[in-house]
Amino acid sequence: MNDRWKPLTRADPSGGSRLAQYPPSQRPAQASVRGLEHKGGNDPTIYTRHSNGLEQFFGQIQTEPGLRILDLSGASQANIAFITSLGHKLYSEDLLQSLDLAFGDGDFYANQAAPARIEAFLEQSLNFPEDHFDGVLAWDVIEYLAPALLKATVDRLSRILKPRSYLLAMFHAEERADPVPEYYYRIFDSSTLLLSFRQVRRPAQFFNNRAVEKLFQSFESVKFFLTRDALREVIAKR
Amino acid sequence: MPRPPSAPAPQAEPVREVPPAPAPTPPVKPGVPEAPRGVAAIGKSVIIKGQILSREDLYLDGEMEGTVEVPDHRLTIGPHAKLVASIRAREVVVLGAVNGNVEASEKIDLRKDAKLVGDIKTGGIIIEDGAYFKGSIDIVKVGESARPAAAVRPVQQSALSGPSPLVGTMSTDPKY
Repeated sequence: MNDRWKPLTRADPSGGSRLAQYPPSQRPAQASVRGLEHKGGNDPTIYTRHSNGLEQFFGQIQTEPGLRILDLSGASQANIAFITSLGHKLYSEDLLQSLDLAFGDGDFYANQAAPARIEAFLEQSLNFPEDHFDGVLAWDVIEYLAPALLKATVDRLSRILKPRSYLLAMFHAEERADPVPEYYYRIFDSSTLLLSFRQVRRPAQFFNNRAVEKLFQSFESVKFFLTRDALREVIAKR
Repeated sequence: MPRPPSAPAPQAEPVREVPPAPAPTPPVKPGVPEAPRGVAAIGKSVIIKGQILSREDLYLDGEMEGTVEVPDHRLTIGPHAKLVASIRAREVVVLGAVNGNVEASEKIDLRKDAKLVGDIKTGGIIIEDGAYFKGSIDIVKVGESARPAAAVRPVQQSALSGPSPLVGTMSTDPKY
């Protein structure tokens, strides 16, 4: 078993005491960990994952309170508690759910090519002033954007981010276009994520490192974090 | 002819009080609270346009467009509620749908299946899994969020429709 994917149990000295903040049905002690594989069943499966990207992201922005952080994984008690405890203001948007609402009728990816739909989606989901945010937690949502929507979304994210602020994104490492598990990303602490299984979906495309660099070419820099599992972490500096 | 001793008159049996059969109670969805007794309540068939000001706990389960102020008490937005409103209360519990900004000086509680689109300013927040929230969250210290009632801006949108809505101002203040 990959040592970066380990079950978090009550006996875990690093985090067991914080389990009380999670509903009993979602406590990681119930999780069965098989890497990224979801075993199904009624119990939600939660994985814990060390995240150097997250650590670096908050290391960069932790210096001053009162920043605006956009979380694209939807509202959760854990993320709200963590980010607001740092004194920051959190903006919450479940972009995957918004994608399903906007493009889910019919061919999910073919629908993402229609300019009118793209415009409506951006107005609905990412309608913020220019230079509004000090950080964006994009998680893995970028993988589920077809090329036309991808470019428009990254342009919009670049526009609403302040200069020299950061965006955290994740990309699966598999070079096949197989369906991959989607997760809710919950922040356990500044370097640990809890990933709660959501559903399985085929990414729009595979991103190798060169493709990621090209994607964020309008940003000042892109930093990759090597991991030993199937999820690569990237921080892009605007 | 001697008359046979008269049989003792049969004693009437005491009337037994038969307890009425309990009325069948409609099944209650677990986790969906009904309006607690003694709390001002606006039912699910009520449509209000305007302003609500309450000086006691309020349970609101209908449709509402405007502003809701429950400055020192708890506002519960029921599972059938559809609000397009600015809300200000000490404590807000959301089970239905709200489109508008919410200011809860003490805490806001978004229950499973709640839907809130708007900005939140509160002293504390609880979000159950399954609740949908889109907007910003600003955690403020107790007392910091207290502002005069006039500071709550009414929502300009007109997203509710329905027959003969009540238009005007409503108050549950006992002194009115």
